[in-house]
Amino acid sequence: MDMRRLGLIAALALAAASIVAPAAAQRTDITMGMVLEPPHLDPTAGAAAAIREVGYRNIFEGLTRIDRNGAVQPLLARDWEISDDGLVYTFHLQEGVKFHDGSPMTSADVAFSFKRAMAEDSVNAQKQLFEPIEKLETPDDHTVVITLKRPTGHFPFNLGWGDMVIVSPASADTNKTRPIGTGPFRFAEWVPGDRIVLTRNPDYWGEPVALERATFKIIPDPAAAVAAMMAGDVDAFANFPAPEAIPQFEADPRFTVVIGSTEGETILAINNGRPPFDDLKVRQAIAHAIDRQAIIEGAMFGLGTPIGSHFAPHHPAYVDLTGVYPYDPAKAKALLAEAGHADGIKATLKLPPPSYARRGGEVIAEQLRQVGIDLEIIPVEWAQWLEQVFRGKDYDLTIVSHTEPMDIEIYGRDDYYFNYHNPAFREVLDRLAAETDTQKRYALMGEAQKILAADAVNAFLFQLAKAGVWDARLEGLWENSPIPANDLTEVRWKE
Amino acid sequence: MFRLIAQRLVALVATLFAASLVVFLVMQVLPGDPATIILGVGARDDTLAALRQQLGLDRPLIVQYLAWVGGLLSGDLGTSYTYSRPVSELVLQRLNVSLPLALMAIALSTAIAIPCGVLAAARRNRAADIGVSALAQIGIAIPNFWFAMLLILLFSIHLGWFPAGGFAGWDGGLIPGLRSLLLPAVALALPQAAILTRVTRSSVLEVLGEDHVRTARAKGLTRSAALWRHAVRNALIPVVTIMGLQFSFLVAGTIVIENVFYLPGLGRLLFQAIAQRDLIVVQSLVVLLAGFVVVVNFLVDLAYLSIDPRLRSGRHG
Repeated sequence: MDMRRLGLIAALALAAASIVAPAAAQRTDITMGMVLEPPHLDPTAGAAAAIREVGYRNIFEGLTRIDRNGAVQPLLARDWEISDDGLVYTFHLQEGVKFHDGSPMTSADVAFSFKRAMAEDSVNAQKQLFEPIEKLETPDDHTVVITLKRPTGHFPFNLGWGDMVIVSPASADTNKTRPIGTGPFRFAEWVPGDRIVLTRNPDYWGEPVALERATFKIIPDPAAAVAAMMAGDVDAFANFPAPEAIPQFEADPRFTVVIGSTEGETILAINNGRPPFDDLKVRQAIAHAIDRQAIIEGAMFGLGTPIGSHFAPHHPAYVDLTGVYPYDPAKAKALLAEAGHADGIKATLKLPPPSYARRGGEVIAEQLRQVGIDLEIIPVEWAQWLEQVFRGKDYDLTIVSHTEPMDIEIYGRDDYYFNYHNPAFREVLDRLAAETDTQKRYALMGEAQKILAADAVNAFLFQLAKAGVWDARLEGLWENSPIPANDLTEVRWKE
Repeated sequence: MFRLIAQRLVALVATLFAASLVVFLVMQVLPGDPATIILGVGARDDTLAALRQQLGLDRPLIVQYLAWVGGLLSGDLGTSYTYSRPVSELVLQRLNVSLPLALMAIALSTAIAIPCGVLAAARRNRAADIGVSALAQIGIAIPNFWFAMLLILLFSIHLGWFPAGGFAGWDGGLIPGLRSLLLPAVALALPQAAILTRVTRSSVLEVLGEDHVRTARAKGLTRSAALWRHAVRNALIPVVTIMGLQFSFLVAGTIVIENVFYLPGLGRLLFQAIAQRDLIVVQSLVVLLAGFVVVVNFLVDLAYLSIDPRLRSGRHG
């Protein structure tokens, strides 16, 4: 009897040990929270950032990639040569690369991917990235020769965008729901509305990743995101949606909080084509009337970096132009009077849903009221904003964050919603496009930033911050967000 | 009685047809082009045109409407613009969550409300009645999303008994699925239970004062026998009416609760589809929900007939 009881206890102890043991071992799975669910998973057929937040680098790979600092690195292209005239790029592909379905990746797949994106009926959201391509040749399985119509300095950077990833002809049409790429993770499962699961690709051509399993959990509500982190249901939020809760996480040793930068230039966009905003003096008055730090405190709980032009502060070519029009309400009033609006101006401010716009708009309306610019606030939905403001150019002022990487060239577009037309600026852009030398490119980018600041095209407010919150035992997640991505290749649990 | 049912059925079909037309037209007035939303701000005009053609958005309105309604009649709800999947597949996946959630909430609120309401009526103006009425008042006043957050704070973050949200799915068995739906169901059920308790109480009180109950008591039935045998049964008609109404309110309530608990249910699908201008999903879903409410009302009518024999003869119909 006693012996039997002892045996039972021993068996229970063994069972308990076997349950406890795996928990003590190194964890190899991660659950990431994300706010928006991707509509589908094909980065070549949609612009949603959420598509890239799941698949960029994890599932799909391009010839190049953008690293955590925004620099261009080789990926499927091991290296490349550029002809002296800047027109012919010769890419040498990695060998032994396989798609997740087992088929080998060769130069034919590169040609297929690019031709598909350039085709008449293509629905690639960034078709213009392919526009400079004149000719594609594949002399052998591991060489791709691309001839451009004109020198295009951004070409290697653009190749790192999600829209230019390499897909297989066999799976291109089903990538929306069953993505097949060459990356270190394979698509495993998607429970719509709830989660997307990736598992480690055992046949990966490059260095194998530490994580065996990555789950992206969709949590749209900020309060729910706080609860999910607190309850331990989620290990990490790369973009935490509740800035008001950040101090709470900073004070808790279980979590790491990292405030990084994004590509999101948040601006008070001005319709340069509509009076009285076609007058430089009026735009300068607006620029002087705005107290950036007050907006960051009031609308963003202190998260954000003031900017003075349309450029990301973390980029090496960034020039700090926040001092061009310092906060000076008296000067703003004087400029308005000079422009013939001593009695003030009435205008509208259309605000899309994000809190940076809605809350920032309230602060800005108050600041502009101080100098005699009376704004009527009109809240709009995204769909309305896209249709009325962005496509219809029917607005006076609006607030929006431009999150496309390296998008200073939008100021050179004729039909863009800013209605900004400056031949001198366009000339700088042309020289930039033709330049391949990095240092010279940076100098030109600086010149472009200065022109935009001087012209007060828009009121440049701040760079959106990326607030990451994760389990303190995790390492390798990106601090900044030079492109929308959750690159998990370097993520692991510390011992 | 059959004529009554036939009349209701005709009204049901007409309502659904009207709903489909209204919903379709409203969708057309709504600003925002689905293609622009899918392709974002960088897209070129030719790309947008190519996508609109793929989605069938370049066809004349009447053709789009007829194609959609024709599909509905044959059980085809169309293909989602943004998800590129059949709408019926999306809806079925979401029903897996929303239907059990709604049923749990209804069951919970009924199980709480009817005994509490009857008890309060039987003990009119005594401690039990005052206590139940006070709790019901609080239950009505508390917004369900706020109550949901309190539940999460206590049971998920503090005690760690339940997940803070998300849906475990039915693949892993009944228990994990029910576990992830229990807190949301409680949050949904409580305000409903509060209303239902009050309705039950006043309805029972009213019936208790009627002649037939007094007659039953005069014939020597005990108080509780008269209450259960004669009063409660008759008091159920207004209660069933309110339950029918609540079913439609539940649909709205789940949108909020599904967000707080990030459950992949119908409410969130609808919410997301509106934001993304996934018109075909919105249209089909709204018509389905309208159909659902209409059918529930129809069933409530049938329930009256079975509860109250006087209605069956059509004298009160």
